[in-house]
Amino acid sequence: MSTRVLIVGATSAIAEALARRYASQGATLFLAARHTERAAAIADDLRIRGAAMVAVGVYDATVPDRAEALVAAAWEALGGIDVALIAHGSLPDQAACAASAALTRQELEVNLISVIDLLTPLANRMQAAGCGTLAVIGSVAGDRGRQSNYVYGAAKGALAIFLQGLAHRLAPAGVRVLTIKPGFVDTPMTAAFPKGPLWASPDRVARDIQRAIARGARVLYTPWFWRWIMLVIRLVPATLFHRTRL
Amino acid sequence: MAAHAPYQSWGRYPRALPAGLRSLRFRDQPLPRVAGSVLPFGNGRSYGDSCLNNGGTLLATRGLDRFLAFDPGTGLIRCEAGVLLSEILSLTVGGGWFLPVTPGTRYVTVGGAIANDVHGKNHHLAGTFGHQVTRLELLRSSGERLRCGPTERADLFAATIGGLGLTGLITWAEFRLKRIANPYVQVERTRFDHLDGFFELALGTDREHEYTVAWIDCLASGRRLGRGIYLAGNHAAPTCEGAPRPPGRAPSIPFDPPLSLIATPTLRAFNEIFYRKQPRRPTNGVEHFAPFFYPLDGIGQWNRIYGPKGFLQYQSVVPMSVGRDATRAMLECIAGSGQGSFLSVLKVFGDRPAAGLLSFPRPGVTLALDFPYKGRATLRLFETLDTLVAQAGGAIYPAKDAHMSPRLFAVGYPRVDEFRRHLDPAFSSSFWRRVTGAVA
Ligand SMILES: Cc1cc2nc3c(=O)[nH]c(=O)nc-3n(C[C@H](O)[C@H](O)[C@H](O)COP(=O)(O)OP(=O)(O)OC[C@H]3O[C@@H](n4cnc5c(N)ncnc54)[C@H](O)[C@@H]3O)c2cc1C
Ligand SMILES: NC(=O)c1ccc[n+]([C@@H]2O[C@H](COP(=O)([O-])OP(=O)(O)OC[C@H]3O[C@@H](n4cnc5c(N)ncnc54)[C@H](OP(=O)(O)O)[C@@H]3O)[C@@H](O)[C@H]2O)c1
Repeated sequence: MSTRVLIVGATSAIAEALARRYASQGATLFLAARHTERAAAIADDLRIRGAAMVAVGVYDATVPDRAEALVAAAWEALGGIDVALIAHGSLPDQAACAASAALTRQELEVNLISVIDLLTPLANRMQAAGCGTLAVIGSVAGDRGRQSNYVYGAAKGALAIFLQGLAHRLAPAGVRVLTIKPGFVDTPMTAAFPKGPLWASPDRVARDIQRAIARGARVLYTPWFWRWIMLVIRLVPATLFHRTRL
Repeated sequence: MAAHAPYQSWGRYPRALPAGLRSLRFRDQPLPRVAGSVLPFGNGRSYGDSCLNNGGTLLATRGLDRFLAFDPGTGLIRCEAGVLLSEILSLTVGGGWFLPVTPGTRYVTVGGAIANDVHGKNHHLAGTFGHQVTRLELLRSSGERLRCGPTERADLFAATIGGLGLTGLITWAEFRLKRIANPYVQVERTRFDHLDGFFELALGTDREHEYTVAWIDCLASGRRLGRGIYLAGNHAAPTCEGAPRPPGRAPSIPFDPPLSLIATPTLRAFNEIFYRKQPRRPTNGVEHFAPFFYPLDGIGQWNRIYGPKGFLQYQSVVPMSVGRDATRAMLECIAGSGQGSFLSVLKVFGDRPAAGLLSFPRPGVTLALDFPYKGRATLRLFETLDTLVAQAGGAIYPAKDAHMSPRLFAVGYPRVDEFRRHLDPAFSSSFWRRVTGAVA
């Protein structure tokens, strides 16, 4: 049977690269995005690349109380969900957040609360079905708070703890939870950054994600070397760390 | 913003520093508002400066890489302009559809193929890529989205085919693929020991073969001047048993050598071996389409072997009436300079009227060669070649050019004034400013 895949934040570059990989294997997909005409353009492309069926739904992380209905619509359209990828996110302006509690809260809502709102109904349905994978894009930025990016880091870090607990809860039910921690990925989110050798393409990251889902991994650093970079960064003592501009 | 290292042309000469880079991802996006001019950048497979915009902004189109429609019954395909020809082949060859026209590398975008109105080994029968396009959408800096085709806004369409990215951004295009029975090509290879042999073969075999081209040893001189191998191919018959598939992953030149790895003695040996390997009698065999159409795609980033100074390609076309003499004069001049590189390419174009106002292909014989950039010496040789091309009433291919004079451009492209009427005022390129003296 063809794999049934829900993608939230389907216009993300990383998500689209993953969707193409599933489409070429004949998957059935439900794409949720706030720009539905863009999601529709992606859907046309995925059908041509081999997807058995693609449906599109609207999703805006800043609109509360919509998660449950979205999950229900996707579940029904796909006839159950094998893989749910949650990909939406926004990279806050850290300096602006430091000056505004309201903005900080907004960023936490988009990058953390909205994700949890989706995970709760998804987890319950998958638990009842006794199968499925929840794949959620966090970030290496959640591994240590840094002056340059700690609001985003806090959201992604809290998300990782939430997912760790969820994985623990759902393990007996046979449901997998994958926390994805990309390093630097060349996407619209990072368009303004100068690129160097540490940067990966969205397709490279998507390939790692698909493999990690297939083998039932729990935590994925992508590309792999970020596991070791972040290990070092976590180990640096605060007295030393505070002298850096990281 | 800092220098955008990957946004160079294939020859890596000249170097240009765009002031900005905008990566496009969705075709409904408006053009970014920037100070100064913009220029679409496809996959950077043009050699010289036609895909560069020194001091301006590049609009990177590779993110526009979606298919809009594909009919496996008729082969009609519509896709965004940043889709690579290689991506189309991966999608359609299995189902029996091939590109109607393809250049010598499959790593070019559809937008780039249109904007340079590229040609392939079947020009004598099929014309150019632009001839295959049934419709496209052009996004102008005014915000207008204009559909164009052979019968819809035909003037703007003809300006956009071979329009060097200067008439606006092509967001998507539609064209018809060609039916094939399998991924194989039946190829006949014939060795000829002098330029005259090329012309005899071209006149004889071009009618029976869909794809024809010759490789020439540009270092050979005297009695051997213009010796080479003539390739003539057709898509294989349905009964064909096939040929080995080339390796899935191509090896790549992994780093930038600090100097050019191209030296005349090794080149001589390479060209000699290539020529000698081909038996005196014609050979006939079946090949997979990839090594036949894209021999150089087998090595990734091969442009790096020319080192940090980069290299230039010289591609000219001269009318058939003077083709033999002009080609001989050019080859003598190149062999005498000792600057030539690997094998060069010679082909006779067909006489289908051009699809675009600035299309390069026209009836005649086209010669293409690579030269490592050696400063003044290279430019002096090019000036001499330019004189020969001008005398013959020929033209130079903008997609390969980094040197031609405004005068040579004007005589080679007599419809340029008609073209100017369709320029988008916000678009410009290093090439355009060089050959027209326009300001940024
Ligand atoms: C090994 C090799 C072999 C080749 N063989 C051939 C051959 O046999 N025949 C031939 O004709 N050419 C050949 N070429 C040249 C190549 O086909 C052309 O230069 C082609 O246009 C490159 O496409 P690109 O996508 O890389 O575009 P670029 O080089 O990035 O850009 C080319 C032009 O297209 C414009 N452009 C790109 N996208 C758009 C868009 N969306 N809208 C409007 N304008 C756009 C750019 O502004 C620029 O003017 C060869 C090149 C190489 C490296
Ligand atoms: N790029 C990196 O270096 C990097 C590194 C680590 C982690 N990540 C994470 O990877 C994920 C995907 O990002 P990307 O790199 O692929 O960048 P991207 O292409 O910019 O994708 C971001 C996605 O989030 C969506 N989005 C933002 N705010 C939203 C909202 N309020 N409601 C609904 N959707 C919203 C965007 O939708 P629109 O298209 O409608 O704007 C877009 O689809 C994100 O979670 C990001 O945090 C990225």
